[in-house]
Amino acid sequence: MAMAAENLVDENPNIAEHKIIARDVSVYYGEAQALKSVALDIGRNQVTSLIGPSGCGKSTFLRCLNRMNDVIDGCRVVGDITLDGEDIYDPKLDVVQLRARVGMVFQKPNPFPKSIYDNIAYGPRIHGLGEAKADTDEIVERSLTRAGLWKEVKDRLDKPGTGLSGGQQQRLCIARAIAVNPEVILMDEPCSALDPIATARIEELIDELRENFTIVIVTHSMQQAARVSQRTAFFHLGDLVECGDTQQLFTNPNDERTQGYITGRFG
Amino acid sequence: MTETSASAAPIQRPDLSGARLKRRYAAEARFRLYGLIAVFAAIGTLVLLLTSIISNGYTAFAQHHIALEVTFDEAEIDPTGEREYNVLRRANYQGIARASLRGSFPDVTERRAKRALVGLMSGSADQTLRDIVLANPDVIGTTQTVWVKASDDLDSFMKGHISRDVPESDRRIKDRDIGWIDQLIADERIESQFNTTFFTAGDSREPEQAGIWGATVGSFLMLFVTLVLSFPIGVLSAIYLEEFAPKNRWTDLIEVNINNLAAVPSIVFGLLGLAVFLNFFGLPRSAPLVGGMVLALMTLPTIIIAARAALKAVPPSIREAALGVGASKLQAVTHHVLPLAMPGILTGTILGAAQALGETAPLLMIGMVAFIVDIPGGFTDSATALPVQIYLWADSPERAFVEKTSAAIMVLLAFLVVMNAVAVLLRKRFERRW
Ligand SMILES: Nc1ncnc2c1ncn2[C@@H]1O[C@H](COP(=O)(O)OP(=O)(O)O)[C@@H](O)[C@H]1O
Ligand SMILES: [Mg+2]
Repeated sequence: MAMAAENLVDENPNIAEHKIIARDVSVYYGEAQALKSVALDIGRNQVTSLIGPSGCGKSTFLRCLNRMNDVIDGCRVVGDITLDGEDIYDPKLDVVQLRARVGMVFQKPNPFPKSIYDNIAYGPRIHGLGEAKADTDEIVERSLTRAGLWKEVKDRLDKPGTGLSGGQQQRLCIARAIAVNPEVILMDEPCSALDPIATARIEELIDELRENFTIVIVTHSMQQAARVSQRTAFFHLGDLVECGDTQQLFTNPNDERTQGYITGRFG
Repeated sequence: MTETSASAAPIQRPDLSGARLKRRYAAEARFRLYGLIAVFAAIGTLVLLLTSIISNGYTAFAQHHIALEVTFDEAEIDPTGEREYNVLRRANYQGIARASLRGSFPDVTERRAKRALVGLMSGSADQTLRDIVLANPDVIGTTQTVWVKASDDLDSFMKGHISRDVPESDRRIKDRDIGWIDQLIADERIESQFNTTFFTAGDSREPEQAGIWGATVGSFLMLFVTLVLSFPIGVLSAIYLEEFAPKNRWTDLIEVNINNLAAVPSIVFGLLGLAVFLNFFGLPRSAPLVGGMVLALMTLPTIIIAARAALKAVPPSIREAALGVGASKLQAVTHHVLPLAMPGILTGTILGAAQALGETAPLLMIGMVAFIVDIPGGFTDSATALPVQIYLWADSPERAFVEKTSAAIMVLLAFLVVMNAVAVLLRKRFERRW
């Protein structure tokens, strides 16, 4: 593994700048190849957005980063992905610990059918953070505050999380993800089920979270990618077509497929 | 411009004429009618079944008693006067009871007639007297009115199951008996009382002394063993198969076999129990332990299938959410998936248990059809079960067992209804939206 890491360093002298380095990542669902030899660097404390037409493999790539693909029968990942220089597909690595370091927010808000409090407290509890009730209380308050939800729910922490509105549920899921203090947060189209106001709130939130977390977000909305991210990667039919500075990719793309997609000619 | 975009074929609009509409309405009306007919047929059958059972069986909950003027003679019961338990217990109560009844009919002197007269009284009259004396020895030396059970023939006659109108040779109650009975009625010494014996006694050859408590206890001991074995094994298998096992040819094979097992006739499980538990392991015959083990084998596939369905119904997003915050697979299952699936699993388990409670055939194979009077006190005592008791009584020739059979069916049905109601309540109570 050390060798592979060295290779990556050679290709990429700026390891300090990059939280996650993916090289030559291919993913197969059974026989079908969903990702073709993707190489992508995720900048530290940056928001990286993944865009591209439906079915191009954005979610697949995102789920490689916390090994969520492991639970899918017949899914096979090849290639190297390192988190701070550490191979995350190393058989010796504990996948549970990886997921504590790389949190995830899903497309459809999926709070546990438990109280708001328990939704947030669950992660810290299973990782042994905040053994005492007072510590847990503090984690819950801090996470909800950071997710911008504290004011709305502080009087109903014992009510079920599933009783919140869609946008609140999604912020609850974000609070749940940041409660375990991950280093990276993956978001798979977190706003696709939300109205514009809820979306704006979450975009603000993402911008604030950037200070402490590295964020990778899949989005269908190019405006959203332009608003929240510093870097953007464009996928097409399982290929990573182009990756670069968000400003530059949207104003002056190198590839004509990117050009076509952002001007709405296909996708 | 239209030519390039639209196809050359003329556009077909939907046919909105009345005829189609009428046909559609007619089809819908017909469908509803068939549905209603089916529902009423089902309800009708159920009502028929219930009325027949209840009309046959409700009389079993009452039992006629005869009042005796009993003289508890000290010389007869306790010659030594020491009130010693063993002496009191062994006294000739049979003789006392018979003498009391004969005393009411002093003109009956012939031996055969005297025997017929005491035959109107249940053979359990002596027990009734003994219980009175043992409970309160102070009655010795006094004369008391004691209600003893009437014989099953008298009881059937009073309930109208034996008619005066049939020729004497065709009925078990003869004209002479009827004369005595009429006299007892005239003296207000025959009374219908609630039949507690039916709910407190074990089986008996004498219908008026037979009860279902023995069978009920046997059934529930068995059900306990069944659940203790099949619930954990079934749920663990289901969790493993649904959440952990890889989906390959082996697990497919296992799944098919579990489904097949659910369809195996229950008597086959009885044969298996006979061969394995009794003959090979040498476990006792007629024991609730063995019955429970056999029924557990039978219920296992039901529970596994229900539990897998319940686990499958938990949305994958819950599992992803748990894994996403760094729960292990086991934590995701035990903390989130299993609690959500529990109502479904419990419902399936209760339905499986209800099925086991009503099962007869496999129990016949392991000797639970034996005639057992004693109430079972443990898992290895000889016992019988409710459905087997029904089978045994249905097979008995005495007229009085007909109503007992129906009454036992009512009790069994009551248990089944309660269990199904609990299943429905569980489902309602824990129904969750996510
Ligand atoms: N669980 C799965 N099993 C089989 N194929 C899948 C699965 N998930 C995704 N795919 C396939 O992989 C490709 C990429 O899917 P996905 O990553 O979800 O695309 P995106 O998120 O960009 O819309 C699609 O062709 C999709 O059909
Ligand atoms: Mg997707």
